[in-house]
Amino acid sequence: MSNGQNGAEQRLVTPGMAIGPSDGVRVGSGALAHNDTIIATRLGWVREINNTVSVDPINSAYMPRSGDLIVATVAEVRNNLWFMNINGPFQGLLPMSLAPWKVEFGAARQHMGIGDVVLARVQEVDECHNVVLTMKGVGLRRLNQGSVHSVPINHIDRLRGEGNAMLQRLRDASDCRIIIGENGKVWIDGDADGMAWARKAVALVQSSGHKSTFEAEFSALEKTTQKKGDA
Amino acid sequence: MGGYGDVQLLRDDGLRLDGRKLDEMRPVTIEAGVLPAADGSAMVTQGLNVAVAAVYGPMEAHPRKIQRQDRAVIDVRYNMAPFSTSDRIRPGFNRRSREISKVTAEALESVVLVERFPRSKIRVEIEILAAEAGTRCAGITAAAVALADAGIPMRDLIVGVASGKVEDIVVLDLDKAEDNYGQADLPVGILPNTGEIAFLQMDGDLSPDEYNLAMEYNFKAAAEIHEIMVDALKRRYEGGES
Repeated sequence: MSNGQNGAEQRLVTPGMAIGPSDGVRVGSGALAHNDTIIATRLGWVREINNTVSVDPINSAYMPRSGDLIVATVAEVRNNLWFMNINGPFQGLLPMSLAPWKVEFGAARQHMGIGDVVLARVQEVDECHNVVLTMKGVGLRRLNQGSVHSVPINHIDRLRGEGNAMLQRLRDASDCRIIIGENGKVWIDGDADGMAWARKAVALVQSSGHKSTFEAEFSALEKTTQKKGDA
Repeated sequence: MGGYGDVQLLRDDGLRLDGRKLDEMRPVTIEAGVLPAADGSAMVTQGLNVAVAAVYGPMEAHPRKIQRQDRAVIDVRYNMAPFSTSDRIRPGFNRRSREISKVTAEALESVVLVERFPRSKIRVEIEILAAEAGTRCAGITAAAVALADAGIPMRDLIVGVASGKVEDIVVLDLDKAEDNYGQADLPVGILPNTGEIAFLQMDGDLSPDEYNLAMEYNFKAAAEIHEIMVDALKRRYEGGES
């Protein structure tokens, strides 16, 4: 069995690669125990915390959890509910009772049609992976303007930064309204130049968010907009 | 197998027509993440074969009747481009591509942890851009790297390899002439870390001894290709950190 590469920083492992013996340790996400050995099931970085060995995947699908703030797109409309594309393996269901408007039976299409983008919250995820969304709450609404972009799920924390520091830098540099959904969808709204710059920043996260050089590259990109502002 | 012919497939010095030894495979290169729009992708070249695989999902399975309540469905589409061979291939599905799509899907279902994504679908598209025998194996290898690149959880990286028989001698990794005029072809999907076989097909006849030798060659080649696959995935994310 091949072993994970011992790098100067962390070990990058591929599916099937042995991480180490399973004796006395707990198996976390992205790994499984097989014949007294912990095996990686995903491409990612090995993490050992509190005697638990897990793999932080480089790429992964969005798995909805109750309370997540997400940017969703209407995929199907029925008489009394909307099926929403939440960028995950399962569609989310938004019943008319949890919409922010008073919706008559059969009038769902008058409020939102296929392709409309909303800011919603995950109300409930049951054991069968049925996802119920809600738009009742402060700030939850239909997003009429702006554009939606994708970032890998594992780069969302990088895009937000510590205490939303990176998000604030993005907002300041682009002068745009930016909402980062937990489902890897980012909504950007502002003037054309600001949105173009914000798109570049999101693309940088997509291409280099996992690299140690990301911070330097982002700072260099930030300077380009500041120069434009000074001029 | 195109049938027996009087084509000489082994040289007088014991080497094959392209100068390879009996247990030597064609040069293999693998690159991960070649298609930015896909969730995961890979390109495999093996000799003159070029296979590109793209993975999308997991996503909601449509139509809903194909959904499985306890697991994800793997939807594989294997296709040879019209320009992949010297004789133009008529575009669209045919009997052969349906068969290869089916066996590839079943092979991948045995390694992907499909029970993690009930009612969903993982779409795997395999396109053969250039063909010179052994495209189903190159396609499976490409699909495995693309699935790993997409972050789909798997028990192992499945490797597609093939051995066969020409002029009553077992050889590894048949090229076009050996595939057309040889006596047997044994493509298999191997899980290198556990030594399990995820799929096996055989065209032609092999004696038990010949079969054992062919499988020995296949396992040896699978270990070599597995290293190249791991290297391709690591190269894609080199310089990274958690």
